[in-house]
Amino acid sequence: MTKDTNSTPHNEFEKAEHKEEMKHQVISFVMMIIFTIAAFAVVATDAIGKYFAIPIILLLAVVQVIFQLYYFMHMKNKGHETPALMIYGGLAVAFMTILTFTTIIWW
Amino acid sequence: MSNEDILNPKQMPHEPEKATLEGKNKFLGFWFFLGGETVLFASLFGTFLALKDSTAGGPGTEELFGLELVFVMTMLLLTSSLTSVYAMYHMKNNNFSKMMVWLGVTVALGFSFLGFELYEFYHYIHEYEFTFRSSALGSAFYTLVGFHGGHVLFGLLWIVTLMARNAKRGLNLYNAPKFYVASLYWHFIDVVWVFIFTVVYLMGKVG
Repeated sequence: MTKDTNSTPHNEFEKAEHKEEMKHQVISFVMMIIFTIAAFAVVATDAIGKYFAIPIILLLAVVQVIFQLYYFMHMKNKGHETPALMIYGGLAVAFMTILTFTTIIWW
Repeated sequence: MSNEDILNPKQMPHEPEKATLEGKNKFLGFWFFLGGETVLFASLFGTFLALKDSTAGGPGTEELFGLELVFVMTMLLLTSSLTSVYAMYHMKNNNFSKMMVWLGVTVALGFSFLGFELYEFYHYIHEYEFTFRSSALGSAFYTLVGFHGGHVLFGLLWIVTLMARNAKRGLNLYNAPKFYVASLYWHFIDVVWVFIFTVVYLMGKVG
């Protein structure tokens, strides 16, 4: 890398790009707050029965975590193939673990 | 890139956290670690799910949990996740002082979360005599939620240490990956909390 390419002041294009990304992150934050309030509301108001409430709050949690991973932790950006492999690999083993603990093992 | 360039705050490339080989390695290694953490927490979640009805005559989840406190804790942690995003935004713009301010806000929110958690445990122990040893549910609950709380405490000490160590250094390509990786850890703590408030508290309240 040559010395004169990235000297201060930071170039305006990059700043605008960061600002755009920040906007997306604030939007995802608002979405996450809405999902959280929805999940608490489902349980607090007892509006729907147990067998619907549990899948709904689990779905809200999964969507919220997708926002967290892809926006807050930047997994949507370029160069995140290995992180995706790691986290999905971890999730696959995690799924098997929970399945095992809740179905096969006798406590 | 020479060592002189790495330590020069005026040389800030597009993604400072991945501009050096060391930064790239930290980034990849840290995601590998997060994959492992996912499995670790899954085993604790699995244990909790399997033991959540084993109350040994003590109070169950429906009786114990109060949604108000958990809601406040969730909001605190979720907001602290956003403030650390702001910190990384200022890091990418090479604005050290603003990054430090937002990291400070993150740390403050994290400590208030921990305060609420300690109050919660204290409440369960003294009002309900619900302890680590009182039932299998107690063991599973305190292990899972306590492990997460331990992660919060570790993350806070980590960020505070980074802030103190680099306070007079300013931002450069040597410490930018360190800040970035700490913020990833902080987001991961919030990811785990999303499942804790859903699986432990909300599902516990539904029954």
